[in-house]
Amino acid sequence: MATLLDQYEQIVGTDVIDQLRQLAKLLGGKRIIHINSTKAGGGVAEILHRIIPLKKELGIDTVWETITGDADFFQCTKLMHNTLQGNRFDIPDYLLRHYEAVNRENAESLRGLLEEADVVFIHDPQPAAMIESMPARKGKWIWRCHIDVSSPYRPVWKYLRDFVRGYDASVWSLSEFAQRLPHPMYLIPPSIDPLSDKNIDLSPEELEKAYTRWGLDPERPIITQISRFDRFKDPLGVVRAYRLVKEFTPVQLILAGGGATDDPEGEEVFNEVKTSVGDDPDVHILLLPPDDNLTINALQRISDIILQKSTREGFGLTVTEALWKGKPVLGGDTGGIRLQVVNHHTGFLVNTPEGAALRIRYLLKRREKLEEMGQKAMEFVRENFLITRHLREYLTLIFAVANETQDRIELL
Amino acid sequence: MVEPFSVRDCALIAIATGQYAYTLTELRDRLEIITPSCIYYHFWGGLLRPKFDNPEYQNDFAIWVYQGLRDKPLAERMALIDPSKYHDLEDLRGELIDILEERIDESELLPWMKANQRFYFVRSQTVVFDTRVRLDTPERLGEHIPHMSLGSVFYHFIDARRRPPWGRDDFSHWVTGFGDDYAELVEQISQIDPYFTSLVELRDELTHVFAAHAPGGGA
Repeated sequence: MATLLDQYEQIVGTDVIDQLRQLAKLLGGKRIIHINSTKAGGGVAEILHRIIPLKKELGIDTVWETITGDADFFQCTKLMHNTLQGNRFDIPDYLLRHYEAVNRENAESLRGLLEEADVVFIHDPQPAAMIESMPARKGKWIWRCHIDVSSPYRPVWKYLRDFVRGYDASVWSLSEFAQRLPHPMYLIPPSIDPLSDKNIDLSPEELEKAYTRWGLDPERPIITQISRFDRFKDPLGVVRAYRLVKEFTPVQLILAGGGATDDPEGEEVFNEVKTSVGDDPDVHILLLPPDDNLTINALQRISDIILQKSTREGFGLTVTEALWKGKPVLGGDTGGIRLQVVNHHTGFLVNTPEGAALRIRYLLKRREKLEEMGQKAMEFVRENFLITRHLREYLTLIFAVANETQDRIELL
Repeated sequence: MVEPFSVRDCALIAIATGQYAYTLTELRDRLEIITPSCIYYHFWGGLLRPKFDNPEYQNDFAIWVYQGLRDKPLAERMALIDPSKYHDLEDLRGELIDILEERIDESELLPWMKANQRFYFVRSQTVVFDTRVRLDTPERLGEHIPHMSLGSVFYHFIDARRRPPWGRDDFSHWVTGFGDDYAELVEQISQIDPYFTSLVELRDELTHVFAAHAPGGGA
C-alpha cells in the first residue's frame, strides 16, 4: 500500500516531498507537541488530523493532545473568539477566572509531556494560558493564532496578550491579523489536505447519491455555502443573495454546516436561518455532524458556485476546499478570503448580498468563464495552499525560532 | 579541477514586523528605518509565497501603490526597479526612496492620501541546508535541474546574487570553471531574467537551456 508521502507525491511532485524529507531529517530527534481544544470540528482540528500523521511518517517525534473543559470554559473561549474578531462586549470576570483554572488543571495533567518537549505549539486562545503554569519548560513555546485579530475588542486582547507575550514566538495566518508582541511573529497561511475525505476525488456514482439523498435537482444550478452557523459567516446574507438571484434564474441553495464541540452559539444561528427561509423547497439547510466530510465534499462538487460571504473570517479554509474542487468562489472581502479569491481569476470578492447576487447571475450566464475560473482556482491551490507547503513552513519555523536573531540560518 | 557542484536548498519563512503604512509619506518614513531583510522580502519573497498574476507589478511596493492608492505612475516607476541589479540592499532601499520622494514632490495631495488597505512590512528568515547531492559536470547539473526543489532554484539562481561573486547566479559561475567549451551555455544562463517570472518557469527555462547544450541537444 502506498504511504501517505507516496500519495502526496502524486499530487505535488517528487521535489516537494524530497524537500520535506530533508528538513525532517535535520530536526534529529526533537519532540514536538501540538495542543488545541478539540479533535472534532473546526479548521484547526482538521489540519492537525492530517499534519500529525504526515510528520510521523517523516520520522518526526510528534504528539497531539487536546485540553478538556466544561460548558462554562467553552462559553468563555467562544466569547473570546468573537471579541478577538471584533465584537465589543466584556467577558464576565467569573468566566475568565474559570478559563484560567481550566488551563491550570490541563497544564497539570500534561506537565510531564510539556515540560520536556523541544517544541510546543499551542493553538488558539483556549489553551493559551497554560504557559503560566510551566515555568520549568525546556523547549520553545509557540502560540499559533488561527483567528483574525486585526481589530480586536481591546480589553479582551489585552487580557489574552498577558499570556501570549510569554511565548517564544507566535504564528499568524496573515500579516493583517498579527498584533504587536515582544517576540517574532511568523506568518504561515493554513492549508487543506487533498487526500482527506473532505477533498478527495469522488466518483460520479457518489455525486449522484448526493443529489438523491438531499432531494436536489441535477438540472438546475446549485449555489452552496459550507460553514458553521455563525453570525460572522452571514448565512442570512446568503439567503438574501439567493432570493435576488431566484427572481431571474432558477437556482437551488445549500447551506450546510457542521457543529463544533466548542461552539455553543451555532444552534441559535441555525434556528434563525431556518425561520428566515420558511418553507422554500429549493433551500436546503443541513446541520451536519462534524465528521461528515464526504458529504461536504460531495455537496461542494455538485455545486456550480460556492459562497463564503463572511463579514469576518480567519483564513477561510472552506474557500480553499472549494477552489481545489475547481469551483469559483464568491467570498466576503475580508481576512484570508482576500488572499485566495482573486477577482476574475478564482472568483469574486463581494461586500453585500446584492454584490453576491450580481456575480452569481454573471457566472451562471457565462458558463465558459465559470469553468475557466474553476480550473485556475484548482492550480492556485495546488501551488500554494496544500498541506505539504504548510508542513514545510512549520519545519522551517522550528529552525527559525531556534535562531531568531539570524536572517539566514545555514544548516550545513 | 573544478569542485563538484553542491546542491543546496532553502526555505523562507515570513515574519510580521508590526510596521505598516497607510500613506506614501508613511511608506517613505518606514522605508528609511526598516531592516534590509524587509526590502529583500518585498522584492524577492513573492517568488516563494502565494500570489496570483501580477504581471505588471512584480514587487510588493508597486502592487500596493497600484491596488491601495491607484497611482499608476508611481506603480510603474517602482515596478521598473530590477532588484537583481543591486548587490547591496541599501542601494536598493536608496533607489526606492528616491523614486518615492520624486513622486511625493510631484503632487500635493498624493502624499497624504489614505490607501484602501495597509502596506504591512514583512521580513523573512531563510533556512539553508545541504541536500548532499554533488554533481561533477555541467551535463549532470543539467540533468538534475528538473528534479530540483523550487527552494534550490531560488537559492542557486536568485539568492546567489547576494553572495560572492556578487550579482551572479551559482549555475553560470560554476559552469564558467569548465572553460571556453561552455562559454555559450554560461552566456545563455546569464541571460535568463530572474525577475518577471515564477520559480517553476525559471526551472523550466534553466532545464531548456542546459538540455540545448547537452550532447545531441542541438547547441
